[in-house]
Amino acid sequence: MMLIPCPWCGPREEAEFHYGGQAHVAYPSDPAALSDEEWARFLFFRDNPKGPFAERWNHSASCRRWFNVVRDTVTNEILAVYKVGAPRPVLA
Amino acid sequence: MAEQTMIRRSPLAPAADRLAGVGSATGGAVTLAEVPFLTQLNLRLDPTGPAAEAVAAELGVALPTGPGSASAGEVTVLWLGPDEWLVVGAPGTEGELEARLRSAVGDAHASVVDVSAQRTTLLLGGARARDLLALGCALDLHPRSFGTGDCAQTLLARAQVVLVGREAGEFWLLVRASFAAYLVDWLVDASTEFTSTELTAG
Ligand SMILES: [Zn+2]
Repeated sequence: MMLIPCPWCGPREEAEFHYGGQAHVAYPSDPAALSDEEWARFLFFRDNPKGPFAERWNHSASCRRWFNVVRDTVTNEILAVYKVGAPRPVLA
Repeated sequence: MAEQTMIRRSPLAPAADRLAGVGSATGGAVTLAEVPFLTQLNLRLDPTGPAAEAVAAELGVALPTGPGSASAGEVTVLWLGPDEWLVVGAPGTEGELEARLRSAVGDAHASVVDVSAQRTTLLLGGARARDLLALGCALDLHPRSFGTGDCAQTLLARAQVVLVGREAGEFWLLVRASFAAYLVDWLVDASTEFTSTELTAG
């Protein structure tokens, strides 16, 4: 069980959250111009790093807000938490 | 106009006896009762805008800007999110309170919605109230981290609740009407932990 620090509610247990996949996946500026392959890439293809990964979480059992987390996929250590719209923080 | 009889039944009306039974079975270590029909208005607006100030002036209390609650008279404002609050008032005041909030926010980008029927409220008291909650809630419920006026939306026995710290070590549990019977089943069952004289002695 992870303890995830919601930017609004503070640390809460993982069961209160929903996972939202990779963060910072920009919606195509001109979706109609995309080929089927490019559209499929946007919809289904995501990074799968071993290490720090920027991802979205929703605090569904409490404030119901989306926010971003940088989590180490090896250790589950949470390296950063930041609000939607903020750039991915640079980690030392 | 034809005479109309209003019949309102709260979600936990059928459980009133079982709730009262918890107090006698635990010798008062845990007490439970429904507080039916509280007025509940969902309020959404920009916390930094003029509407927030207008609502604060109307209610006589500032909107909390983080997890917590604020009270003025009969009205308690619970923080639900960075731009969302639940304004709780006495039963039967929803129409009047909604009109007051609507006129306060004026033309601002805001919403005021009567959600009084969405949840019912349980009043939990007794010296072991925190221990009872801790059986199904992951929050730190020690008085130094969750006391009077604190408010959190969380899971209790996997049911979504709004937990509010009230005066004299009591709690409000706001629970959706459709989860209320389940939550009472769980609370009554969990309270049997405190029926033993050995446990209630401490
Ligand atoms: Zn939250």
